[in-house]
This record gives sequence, C-alpha cells and structure tokens, in this order.
Amino acid sequence: MKARERIAGNVANYVDERTGAAKWMKKNLTKVFPDHWSFLLGEIALYSFVILLLSGTFLTFWFDPSQREVIYDGGYQPLSGLKMSAAYASTLHISFEVRGGLLMRQVHHWAALIFMAAIVVHLMRVYFTGAFRKPREFNWIIGIGLLTLGIVEGFLGYSLPDDLLSGTGIRIAEAIIQALPLVGSYLAFFAFGGAFPGEAFIPRIYTVHVLLLPGTFLALITVHLMLVWYQKHTQYPGPGRTEKNVVGYPLLPVYMAKAGGFFFIVFGVTAFLGAVASINPIWLYGPYTPGQISAGSQPDWYMGWLDGLVRMSPPLETHAFGHTISWNILIPGLIVPGILFTGMALYPFIESWITGDKREHHLLDRPRNAPNRTALGVMSLTFMLVALINGGNDIIATTFHLTINQIMWFSRIAIFVLPPIAFVITKRLCLSLQRADRDLVLHGRETGRLVMMPHGEFVEVHEPISAEKAWLLTQHEQNPPLALEQNDARGVRRPGTLKNKLRARLSRAHAVAVPKATAADLKEIEHH
Amino acid sequence: MSNEIEAIRDPGLPAHVHRRADTDPKAAKKAERQVAILFLLSTLGTVTLIGSYFFIPQDVFIFFPVLGNTNAHQLFLGLGMAASLFFIGMGAIHWAKTLMPDEEVVIQRHEFRSPDEDREDFIATAKAGAAAAGLGRRSLIKRSLGLSLGLVGLSPLILLRDLGPLPGDELSKTSWKTGTRLVTDPGDRPIRAEDLEVGAVAQTLPEIPAGAHRALSDIGKDAVLLIRLRPEEFNLDAERLSWTHEGIIAFSKICSHMGCAVALYEQQTKHLLCPCHQSTFDVTRAAKVIFGPAARPLPQLAITVDSEGYLVAKQPFTEPVGPSFWERSS
Repeated sequence: MKARERIAGNVANYVDERTGAAKWMKKNLTKVFPDHWSFLLGEIALYSFVILLLSGTFLTFWFDPSQREVIYDGGYQPLSGLKMSAAYASTLHISFEVRGGLLMRQVHHWAALIFMAAIVVHLMRVYFTGAFRKPREFNWIIGIGLLTLGIVEGFLGYSLPDDLLSGTGIRIAEAIIQALPLVGSYLAFFAFGGAFPGEAFIPRIYTVHVLLLPGTFLALITVHLMLVWYQKHTQYPGPGRTEKNVVGYPLLPVYMAKAGGFFFIVFGVTAFLGAVASINPIWLYGPYTPGQISAGSQPDWYMGWLDGLVRMSPPLETHAFGHTISWNILIPGLIVPGILFTGMALYPFIESWITGDKREHHLLDRPRNAPNRTALGVMSLTFMLVALINGGNDIIATTFHLTINQIMWFSRIAIFVLPPIAFVITKRLCLSLQRADRDLVLHGRETGRLVMMPHGEFVEVHEPISAEKAWLLTQHEQNPPLALEQNDARGVRRPGTLKNKLRARLSRAHAVAVPKATAADLKEIEHH
Repeated sequence: MSNEIEAIRDPGLPAHVHRRADTDPKAAKKAERQVAILFLLSTLGTVTLIGSYFFIPQDVFIFFPVLGNTNAHQLFLGLGMAASLFFIGMGAIHWAKTLMPDEEVVIQRHEFRSPDEDREDFIATAKAGAAAAGLGRRSLIKRSLGLSLGLVGLSPLILLRDLGPLPGDELSKTSWKTGTRLVTDPGDRPIRAEDLEVGAVAQTLPEIPAGAHRALSDIGKDAVLLIRLRPEEFNLDAERLSWTHEGIIAFSKICSHMGCAVALYEQQTKHLLCPCHQSTFDVTRAAKVIFGPAARPLPQLAITVDSEGYLVAKQPFTEPVGPSFWERSS
C-alpha cells in the first residue's frame, strides 16, 4: 500500500469510528445524477449565491452603513466638499481607494443580476418540463420563496450605497408602504424611524441585507438541495429511462469534477464581467437628496416589471369619508404581484386538481406534450415582458424616437390583449409539434432524395427513424380528461356541481392532444 | 390501456461508445496535457492578479476599443482573477469529460411512501404520545396554553414599537409658513421676482436661520419649484391666479404619486414631468395631471413678495404634499 493510500485509509477510519459515516458516504458518493445542460441553471444560481457571500463579505469590511452626514474629501474630485451620507462616502472609498474594491463591487452587483436571472430561467425549466409535480411540490414552493426573497434582497442591496438613484428607489418603496390602507403611514414611520428619509433606514436594511436574508437563503437553499438529493433528480425521457430509474454519472468523481469546475467557471465569468463591464457607477449619480433626481431612473431588471406595472396604471384614487385609497399604487404594486406569485406557488396543486393525477413523476415532460401548461407559461411570460418593456418606457422612447404616450398606451392595451393571444398561439404550436412528431414516427424523416417513379411521378424518399428516436417521440402518456359525473346513480345532482363543471372543463382543455403514434398505426402503414 | 399494449417499445439504453482517450493511450496523454495547460493558465491568472495589485498604480487609464478609457489597475486585477478562476473550472471539466469514466450508470428509485406498517406505527406512536400528555382530557391546560402562546406572539410586535414615532400630522405639515422666504437650492439665497426670467425654473426651499441644519426629511416635504411664465399664459381660476406673483407660480416638487422629485420641465409645452413614472402636469392649469399614474395635481404654494421685494409664501400649503396616505382627506 502506498503511503498516500494508508493516510486516506486512516482518515476514513478515524472519521467513521466517531460518526459511523461510512455507510452513508458509500451510498452517497456513488449517487447518480442525470446529465443535461438545463440542469446547470439551478447550479448557476447556487454558485452566484456563494459568490455573493464572498464578495459581499469583502465589501462589509469597508462599507459604513450610516446616514450620518459627512463632507466628502476623498479621491473623486467632482464630489469633493459635498455633503453626503457616510454610506455613500464609504462606497466611493471602496470604489476609488480600496484596491480591488471597485472590482468586488462590480462582481457583487453582476453576481446579483446573474443570481436572479439564473433563478428565473431555472424556474422556467422546472415549470415547462413539469418537474414541479409530485413529489417535488415542496421544492417548488421553496423556489418561489427564494425568488421572492431574491427580489427583496437585490433591491435592498442596491439601495445601500445611498446614491441619488437608489434613494429614489427607496422613496418609491416608502410610497408603497404609505399607501397601505389603515396602517400605511404608521408602518412607514416605523420602518424609517420617522418621516422619509430619516437617518435610520440604511443601517436597518443593512442588517436585513447582510444577516437576516442571507441566513434565510442559506436555510432555504439547504433544504432545497437536500430534497433534490433525497428525492433524486428528475431526468428527461429517452431510451432506457423510466419513472423507476436514474440514468447518469456518479457523484465521485465525474459529477464532483464537473460541478466543482462549473463553480469556478461561473465565478470566472462573473469576475470577467466585473473587470470589463461597468455597473452601477454611483459616483456619477451623486448623493441622495429628496429634492433631486436624474432622468431615466431605472431599477435593476428583476424589479423592472413591477415599475412597469406602476407606470402603466391609470390615475385611480378613492377619496371617501376623510380617507384616501391609492389604487394607482396598490393594484400594480401589491395586488397584481400578490396574485401572480400566489398563483405561481399554488400551480402544482391546481394542475394536479385539474388532471386528478396523484402519482409520482420523475420523467420530465417535453413542453409540447403539455400544451395547456406550456401555453399558460408563455402567457405569463408575455404579461411580464409587456410590464418589463413599460418599465423602460422612457429609455425606449428616447432610443427609438417614440413618445412615452405611445409606449404607455401600447402597454396598457397589450398587457390585456397579448397574453391571451400568446396562450392560443403557443397551444396551437404545441399541437402542431405533436402532429409533426406523429408524422415523423409514422412516415420517417425526409431524406431530400427525389426519385422518379416508372410512371413519371417524383417522390421524396422517407427513411424510418431510429428505434431510440421513435421511443422518445412516443413515450409520453396521453390521459383522457377526468370523467366527473354531474348526477349520481339515481340521477340526483351532486353537490358542488359548479366546481365540478369548472374542473371538468379545465380537465378537457388540459387533455387536448394529437394522438401519438402507436405500434398498430405503424403496422397498418407497413401493410399499404 | 389499449395505448400501452400497442405502444412503441423502449429499445433500452443505447450501447456505449468509447472515446478516443479510452482506447488510445496517445489520445489519453494528449488530453492529460491539455488539462495541465488549462490549470497552468489559471496560475498565470493568479500571477497577473498579484502583479497588478502591487505594480499597477491606481490612477493609470488606458484606452481600449469598445471599453473606452479604462482604469488599468482595476482591469488587469479583474482579468487576472477571472482567468485564475475560469481555467481551474475548464481544466476540471475537461478532465472529467476526457479522462474520467463516461459510462452511464443506472440506479433504481424507491417510492417515498413509507410501508403501511410504518405509517400505522407512526400514527399509533403519535396518538400514544398525545394520550400520555393528556392534552385531550385536560382542556384547562389546552386552553390556557393556547392563550399564552397566542399572547407571547404579541411581544415582538410590542417590542418593535419604538422603531419610530407615530406619524401624527407629520405627513400633512411642511416648514412653509406665512411669510417664509423662498431661498435657492443650493445656495440659500432669497429670490426677487426679477431674478427669474420668463421661462426660467428654480428649485427652492424655505429659509432657515444661517448655519442651521437642514434635515433631508424636511427637504423631502419642502422642496418647491418656481416657474415663471407670461401672466397671460395661465389658465387658472381667480383664487389660484392670486397665488401667483407676476407670472411666477410655485408647486411642491414632490410628486403626488410616489414622492419622486418632479424635475423635468418642458419649456415649450409648459409641462412638468416626473422621471420615475412619467406623470405629467400642466403648469398653466395649476399642475393638473394630463398623463401618467398620478391622481392629483401637485400642490400649489401661494406666493407674494415681502417689504424688501423677496418672494415669500403667502400662506402654508393648503393640502399635504407628496404621495397619498390613508389619513389624507382629499
């Protein structure tokens, strides 16, 4: 035995005699993970989170989370002698005097944008492939929680430097709190320690940003990963892959090398962006004061849709009995986002209620094979996209020489009209793709070779597709809609008829499909 | 079920295809060298990082196409760091892809549902536990425990009470009083009507004693915009017209929608635009909302001149400034 092996053996022995970990390790080191590029999206989110922890810790060593007024005398000449908060002054110090400080600030900000983007795209992957189905509903809900907290954490993060742009963002957040009926002005005064902006808010959100929320993230991410581990990863359908097995590569060594390597790649790319791509140059905005503002004020992208909804809202306010309710703030700022996120969190349960499917699912759906779900997803994305576009209406107006009027009216109409159109088009597209799959299985692929028949007709030669491909295109289930009886055996109407009617209707819509090719269909064609 | 009988058969996992490095020792050696080169590139990155940190001064700017004028210290520090990390990752993945086993492994899944007897045992244990505690029988304990647990939840709310003062009438008040001079921001100089030419705009604040501290919370309510038009351009009722002085009209600069500074003035159209959500106000019609989500005009401040000819507030604002809140009555 080589010395190295003996040492490794001794360490393993030492640990196992104290923890009994050998059995668990043996089982888990050979754990199999299926391979697919889309399974890396969640990994990117995880790694960005680690990068955020590392770069964020670096920034805390110099950042002074205080709204104490100071006179700037640092290295950035244009702001010399100006009154500003200690938070803003220390952010300038990090940017101009701390070596690597600007790099870390930019890495931190880029990592935050990538973190949110990765979460959103990961969510789309999970949604469109049906990975949220039983037994993974818990993880879906945790994911929605992480997305929501991520938006809050990102907002608090870019608010900390207390520059003119971020202060404007806080002002808007304060207005949303203040608009709450009954308790609004009280909550606003509690949050800000008095009238806006006060001197308490930056220190308070600092604690939330660096301690409370990261801690919550750590806990939720841990549970999220443990569930992935314990439930084993879903896999895409294909030859040899079933609901009962997992086909892939073992954790040790392949997955460890790939996943570990991927962490460094994500970190490297983020560092590259931090090196070459300027982001949030706060020294250009100046310190925050409520009496000033810069044109083209924009939030980070993951808040843009919210801002877009607020911008397109009609000027509705109710004044009655000595009180005011600002619908123009409450509807776009709280009610619509609340409905969207609640609906998203509940979707796995809604779908299972519609289909009546209570079985476990480990094989992913190809999006075309769940047309209703896919169409609903594209519809929601369309809604978000219109809102996001309107969030940049001023920038779009100046870039494309349009008026804000035109963009605002486009958005106000499009937010109602485009999502349903997107639903119909997507559903039709899915069904067409199903039809194409069926044709491919039954008639083979077009070879591009034209042959002249003896009687002069030209035909294109079709070649049968491989058995693997034929399996992939036909492996999915096609279940009939739920049969819900409106009347019981004696012809008496059941209670809850309306609910059942709705369910039956949704179930029918959900089950629409082009019949997939079967072996019998194939045989019939061969006979001709 | 007829579907399943006639379904096209699963051909099973395709046969494994070996990579060149699996069979050809030369190819394996080549892959090993490639991995090593990638790892060496990473060390080169770290060297760049260390070199830039110590030897590139922080005030050197270099012009690069696309990037423009770039701080050399920050750029090379970042590029070094990026390379040092990125190539470790590339090396590890190249290693895994070319040299580590690539035969797919199949493991079986197990149902999560516990066996029936375990579930029954669990329920029995839980029931036995509950029975042993006797919660079902001892309703007095149950109810008093519920009460105390419910009340204990209140204490964090109580303890957070001192986060801030009660709003009182803070949201409805500003520092403007009858006779308060308007002073420039920045500069704190009082303004005469003739200081402002027709078409000009000025950002003003209420005068405070020299040397006094102006809190941001006050600016957040007190900021006022002065605009001078030709008097005949106004389209105001008699009262509002009397709030202007020689064509000078004053509005709260804090948007009635969400409190941003309404800072964009279009001289040609005489519109004020809030850059946050594009609410647009018509100056000639007492800041009536003509576009966007704001529901109320910007509050107008009545102004006149004092004995020395300086612009002053004729009276305080007649309504709260800034965004709406529940207690606002109009």
